[in-house]
Amino acid sequence: MRPRTGGWEHKANRGTQPLTPVPRSAMLIELVIGALKAIVIVLLALSLAGVLLWFERKGAALIQDRIGANRAAVLGVGRRLGLPNLGLVNTLMADPLKLFTKEDFVPEGADHFLHGLAPFLALFPILITFAVVPMGDTLRIGSRTINLQASHLDVAALYVLAAIGIGVYGLALGGWASNNRWSLLGGIRASAQMISYELALGLAFLSVVVTYGTLDLQEICRIQGAVWFGWLPRWGILVQPVSFLLLLTAGMAESKRVPFDVPEAESELVAGYFTEYSGGKQAVFMMTDFAEVVLTAVLVTLFFFGGWQVPWLYHDGFHFPGPHGAFLRLPNYAVAILQIVSFWAKTVFFCTFQILVRWTLPRFRYDQLMQFGWKGLVPVGLLNLIVTALVVVLVGAKY
Amino acid sequence: MTPISYFLVLSGILFATGVVGVLVRRNIIVMFMSIELMLNAVNLAFIALGRRIGSIDGQVIVFFVITVAAAEAAVGLGIIISLFRNRATVNADELNLLRW
Amino acid sequence: MPLWLFSFLAVLAVISALGVILQRNPVHCLLGLAVNLLDIGVIFIGLGAVTVGFLQIIVYVGAIMVLFLFVIWLLNLQAEGFGGYLGVKFFGAVGAATLAAELAVMFWRAAPISRLLAAPAPPGSITSLGRSLFSDYLIAFEVTSVLLLTAIVGAIGLARRLPSSADLAERSATGQTSLRSASSTVERREQIPESIPARVDSGQGRDRRIA
Repeated sequence: MRPRTGGWEHKANRGTQPLTPVPRSAMLIELVIGALKAIVIVLLALSLAGVLLWFERKGAALIQDRIGANRAAVLGVGRRLGLPNLGLVNTLMADPLKLFTKEDFVPEGADHFLHGLAPFLALFPILITFAVVPMGDTLRIGSRTINLQASHLDVAALYVLAAIGIGVYGLALGGWASNNRWSLLGGIRASAQMISYELALGLAFLSVVVTYGTLDLQEICRIQGAVWFGWLPRWGILVQPVSFLLLLTAGMAESKRVPFDVPEAESELVAGYFTEYSGGKQAVFMMTDFAEVVLTAVLVTLFFFGGWQVPWLYHDGFHFPGPHGAFLRLPNYAVAILQIVSFWAKTVFFCTFQILVRWTLPRFRYDQLMQFGWKGLVPVGLLNLIVTALVVVLVGAKY
Repeated sequence: MTPISYFLVLSGILFATGVVGVLVRRNIIVMFMSIELMLNAVNLAFIALGRRIGSIDGQVIVFFVITVAAAEAAVGLGIIISLFRNRATVNADELNLLRW
Repeated sequence: MPLWLFSFLAVLAVISALGVILQRNPVHCLLGLAVNLLDIGVIFIGLGAVTVGFLQIIVYVGAIMVLFLFVIWLLNLQAEGFGGYLGVKFFGAVGAATLAAELAVMFWRAAPISRLLAAPAPPGSITSLGRSLFSDYLIAFEVTSVLLLTAIVGAIGLARRLPSSADLAERSATGQTSLRSASSTVERREQIPESIPARVDSGQGRDRRIA
């Protein structure tokens, strides 16, 4: 069926309109698909962040050999019905519900505008990084090929760095706008820590980019699909182990999680930069914390563990290695589903790892933290970059 | 598609705003911020014109301007901190030791 | 770049620039400048200079503005009232408005530029930028790195606090003669903590040498 042409009429190409005419219906469908992808990935990231909030409490309880929260009654409903210790479901929902229905007060003398703006200024940059995160390869529906990535940017890694850099403002301004000395101190510490560890993060990114020769995240995942010696998948961890450690450490420091959580040191600064926040705004700050956990896990997965790659799974099915390698043909949607599941499984694994680290290690002192960032991670990152560049040049261009 | 002159007009307006900021404000830090505003306006003009004549030189020059602006901001703020330590003020009207 | 996008970004840029020069609280001015720089970065990306646009966001908004914020906190600047020589301010504003009008008229009637044929847009990818930087502009690149190093050393040298005469007297009394702090040398480990001068940064920045 011929597509209806609307909007752009066919004109003689005078060199001033290089674009070919696009039917309006096709543009609309592309827009809807793009919007759907964006909504899905942001909702997935936020849901994972919310579940992690509960998972952290239960995980902490497991590690510390106690039960943790397992009773919750909403408006007394559970208690009266005799079901307060359902434990699993209602503690998962009770926490966010409680946070969003609390009174939201602004301390006296605080800057109202910035006090309200800061939590969202902290959360927004972290969420928009998920726009360039690829969940799978391509999905073919009918004649349409959908790239399972909300926005295909050639410079996606640079975009992620830029967004993480903007995330400093939320907590810096939140700490300052609270009219509270300890909040300000927490805010200063947090922003100093974040900009220091951005260097290490950037250096880890650079090494990976030099190895793969591209900034495009989807391309980096695709490159990791090939195999060595016929059976070993070319995952990034085998090529850049130092960079992996650097990225994981710097990512944990960026999200100010223990052992780097001096800015919100619960025993020193009350709650650091979000002392004066309650209710919905505090929920947004906690969301930021866990969204950054998810982001670090996602970045580690994408760069070092193949992203959505399943070993030996290609776009037409499984090609098992070996001389008698079986070939299992799979339809396209099954491949896409397997890829998406593998991506999120790896992400959840690294989120769990970060939670484990949090409840295992004690906190760094602030000067130890800064020394570790500047005198420890940055030289290691630079050295890694130099060695990577040398190897890439000697072994020969494209990975 | 917007003609390039629109970008240049925007650049001119931002530059003039920066000039007003430097002349009118007395706080040195805000004056410094207005200077950064002027630098930014010039960057915009470079990129717009570089795009118009099809040369990558515009982007390269902006790259260097950003780098030099970073260095200048660091040193300038260091000077402001030293000034503050010696005179306990950042009001430009009170920093008048060189006036006769 | 489509006109509606440019209009939105241009209006946002002008409003935030006006916010920079008109706000009383320095932190609000800084926020206005950060929004302006972010906006201009997005315009760069829209014009095709993708790498430079992201560099502007990473370097300018992400680092330089945070540096400004730290200095504002360090000096504990509060919101200021209006004052100063009003005559200078008035003539400054008039002069700048004249400048703006001149520039606007000049660029609006940019007939010579419009008559040129549109050249193909230069690639904004990081590859082409890198290629140009490392071949045509190599010397400038290397000199810029030396400049950055000089700036770092200079900024640290300008902003560090030398101990005041009271601290020097205290240190010579306890046997320290160098400027290095006590905690870093091995042989000072047995010193009791009270002898180390407690330098709490009060944020007021008053140097005790000039009372």
